[in-house]
Amino acid sequence: MNNPYVIETQELTKRFKQFEAVRSVSLRIFGGQITGFLGRNGAGKTTTIKMLLGITHPTSGSGTVLGHRIDIPKESVEMRKHVAYVGEDKQLYPYMTVEELIRFTKSFYTDWRPDLERQLLKRYELPPGRKIKSLSKGMRTKLALLVALARRPALLILDEPSEGLDPVSVEDLLQSLVRTASEGTAVFFSSHQIEEVERIADRISMIDQGKLVMDFSLDQFRMNYRRVILGFASQPPTAGSELFRMAGIDHVRADGRQITILSSHNAEAILEQARHCHAVSVDVQPITLREVFLEKVGADN
Amino acid sequence: MYICTSSVVHSPPVIIKLHPSAGQPLYLQLMQQIRHAIETGVLQHGDLLPGIRTLAEELVISHNTVAKAYSELEHEGLLELRHGSGAFVFATRAMKSRAEKVRSAQDRVHELVADLRSERLSEEEIHRLFEAELFYSAPVAKE
Repeated sequence: MNNPYVIETQELTKRFKQFEAVRSVSLRIFGGQITGFLGRNGAGKTTTIKMLLGITHPTSGSGTVLGHRIDIPKESVEMRKHVAYVGEDKQLYPYMTVEELIRFTKSFYTDWRPDLERQLLKRYELPPGRKIKSLSKGMRTKLALLVALARRPALLILDEPSEGLDPVSVEDLLQSLVRTASEGTAVFFSSHQIEEVERIADRISMIDQGKLVMDFSLDQFRMNYRRVILGFASQPPTAGSELFRMAGIDHVRADGRQITILSSHNAEAILEQARHCHAVSVDVQPITLREVFLEKVGADN
Repeated sequence: MYICTSSVVHSPPVIIKLHPSAGQPLYLQLMQQIRHAIETGVLQHGDLLPGIRTLAEELVISHNTVAKAYSELEHEGLLELRHGSGAFVFATRAMKSRAEKVRSAQDRVHELVADLRSERLSEEEIHRLFEAELFYSAPVAKE
């Protein structure tokens, strides 16, 4: 099987009565990479993840995770052997100690790696005898990661892993994710924190109101997305102008003699054309992920 | 994004600061900073940079970013990757003369910026002038 994708969905949809939580989402998540699943709270991230894991059944559409169909329970069970999941709610079992939880969890898996367990226990500095209910949220996240990673899964899926963590714990978490990915586990994590996603992700899938709105590699994004600000001393080009029909133009805004163009690529050719239209000032700026995020999902329209 | 002090004994500390929000891929930023360190002599022939995983973890960036930067630099002949032990700096004589060029260019930029400042242009304005010039002249420079 030569599938480069660890997750692939077609038109995945989930309807709860009248509410469509996920609408025709077609995802392609590459192996060997870190992918950020970015969206506001309530955008459909958790529902999508639950469908991927076979926890929730899709209303329509289909998908595979590591080549296993997500809508067939038997295949889903097989898939879960190779996928680790760290959920939003990291309550775990509050009455157990760290050691007890580890012992309990490992009894479910035949591929548990005691060497990895020891390594992770040491690296995360978890107190084996401490009750889970008295662990900080950061420590609980580490414990959840430990039981997820001690099997060296092919794919690690996390739902809002940094939610509620202090900055130091977020740093530890991101470092763990980076390390995990470098050891060969594909990482797919949801978040609404742009800064953390843009630091560690290779690719981003952006979801809003149940729909996939963007899907790109961050290298390509940084290389190509530009804001081009043109100033004109005379009448600026009007809507019908060739300038605005060029490839790569995402959005155009005119304010008097100034025109602002958002381009997803092709900024150089747009500039060239702008000079033909006698622009007297030209400013090209990179666009941040935050700006694009706000533009795509910010306005509730 | 933070200081990367290599954990390997003979290797000098290199300060790498990446800007995730800048309009440039992180691997290119990383390449430039390593290249710059070699050109200025902060990194010298035979110095050892951390391995891909270690550097990725220290900088908290994807290993793919480091791998891509290292492999491009290796292609340029500036690094020699050794499996499991990191990346050796490979600085030739041509690099050294280039280092001098960069230093003299830096002096000229320094003077120019001082001039512009004395003409009361703001940092912001100077910054934009440089940026606009670079963007504008990019296609010309290729010819």
